[in-house]
Amino acid sequence: MDQSPSLAETQHQSVTFPGGLTLDCGRALATVTVAHRTYGTLNADKSNAILICQPLTCDQYVAEPNPETGKPGWWELMVGPGKPVDTDRYFVIGTNVLGGCMGTTGPRSPHEDGSGQPWGTAFPQVTIQDMVRAQKLLIDHLGITRLFAVVGGSMGGMQVLAWAALYPAHVFAAVPVATASYHSAQNIAFHEIGRQAIAADPYFYAGRYWSEGVRPERGLAVARMTAHITYVSEEALTRKFGRKLQNAEGLSALGDQFAVESYLQYQGSSFVQRFDANAYLTITRAMDLFDLAADHAGVLSAAFRGTKTRFLLVSFSSDWLFPTAQSRAIARALNHVAANVSFVEVQSDKGHDAFLLDEPDFHQTLRGFLAGCAEHAGLI
Amino acid sequence: MNAIPRKIRVDLALIAELVAPGTRVLDIGCADGTLIDHLFRAKNCDARGIELDMREVQRSVTHGLPVMQGDADTELVNYPDNAFDYVILSRTLQAVEKPREVLAQMLRIGTHAIVSFPNFGHWSLRLQLLTKGRMPMTAGWNRMWFETPNIHPCTISDFFALCDQDNYIVEDWLAADEQGARAPWRRSRHLANLFGEQGLFLLRKA
Repeated sequence: MDQSPSLAETQHQSVTFPGGLTLDCGRALATVTVAHRTYGTLNADKSNAILICQPLTCDQYVAEPNPETGKPGWWELMVGPGKPVDTDRYFVIGTNVLGGCMGTTGPRSPHEDGSGQPWGTAFPQVTIQDMVRAQKLLIDHLGITRLFAVVGGSMGGMQVLAWAALYPAHVFAAVPVATASYHSAQNIAFHEIGRQAIAADPYFYAGRYWSEGVRPERGLAVARMTAHITYVSEEALTRKFGRKLQNAEGLSALGDQFAVESYLQYQGSSFVQRFDANAYLTITRAMDLFDLAADHAGVLSAAFRGTKTRFLLVSFSSDWLFPTAQSRAIARALNHVAANVSFVEVQSDKGHDAFLLDEPDFHQTLRGFLAGCAEHAGLI
Repeated sequence: MNAIPRKIRVDLALIAELVAPGTRVLDIGCADGTLIDHLFRAKNCDARGIELDMREVQRSVTHGLPVMQGDADTELVNYPDNAFDYVILSRTLQAVEKPREVLAQMLRIGTHAIVSFPNFGHWSLRLQLLTKGRMPMTAGWNRMWFETPNIHPCTISDFFALCDQDNYIVEDWLAADEQGARAPWRRSRHLANLFGEQGLFLLRKA
């Protein structure tokens, strides 16, 4: 038990900012480290940079295998040479969010008190806006004054919206995909089931599981299983599994009788290998706290007043976690301030996850939108 | 992307002629975005579109054009006053749910409105109705009454009357044939109403 598995770190490329960061909650981090990866070449006037914002359980390894898991980059279908976000044309930046567990400052990072222990649940509650402020430090560090585009789906889309609201002059084009301007009660409810499952795991130890040399794997797996259901549509689940039996011998109430059960269990168990439970708590809470209109006296359009940014909103027809109505509401708020906005609902039966999957209509739409913006930005 | 303006349909070219260069334009029912692309390339306009058909929206965005999916009847209320110099509604007025309200919204969010519509007063329609007693069918009015999307047919004279009633100034107008080419009936509204297959109007608020 002398091992400290939660502190055994792969070295991730990162920049540490000694000035730290003041958070929305009023507390400050004395220093902040931002892990990131880049793809492609930054042009001479640094005008071709695209920031890819990370969804909840993804990371900075957008277009290359994650060194901890060996799994392909989470958006390799979208980002790479010749891909819709073409790294032959654009300089693409992926980061790990503040509060994450892939090298950026988060609950698994050493506590500022010098105890040598991780922050754990003592890590200050961060917001989506805090994540964006940390990314801004990195963008400044890279000498980029204006991002050509900020692109992200789901929680990544929330960051895109926060970028457009906080730093409008620094974002030429914004692409919030399958997202919302606030986390709905239903979404918060699903997150809460996940958090409660983690807290109920006897190996959670009130968040100090690292000191016991264990991890709340059961709880985190259940959290992932619940969340995963929200990422797919009923149609996709039926198409993939239907009522297929996995194990027809004998009948038991628990265990993988149905194919869909063993699929979910696989999703859960592979997740616990790569994700820190406290980071999951921190990041899901950051999503729950997101409400862009609330920051502007309840008027969403006020967040974008005077914006010159060009927007593309994309939703997917079978996404019930971030339904089309949420994207349309953002589009309408942008119309309120006469912003330049494109809005497309892509027909798909794959649910929320569609933005990560092979959806040619979505890929063509994003490719074309970026090409059009490149022309307007004088990036030919 | 090709920087040379492509040749566009005659009726769209006629509309484009009414738009001053470098202005802000909203094209409602922009279909595949040909007109907004033309206005950007040939006239350096900040041109955007709204389109109901999602496949057309996707096609436009894929070609780099700023288009959002939406319905003329419901989306225009979301825009602020005078957000555009021109708001265009081409061959769609007769198909919206509330034409008068849509027109009012167009002239709220834009300083000018450009409207074209098929003229139900054309002699061939009148003749068919008179001789056969059935709803007329022509190249422009080619769907049966029970399935046509054109639920609010009007004539050029009707449109003039509405402009009077709602206090819109007709800055320019013309009658056109089915392809959209200018028809020589400008001098007389009555002749235009009889011989024009389409009416095209440039309006502004009084």
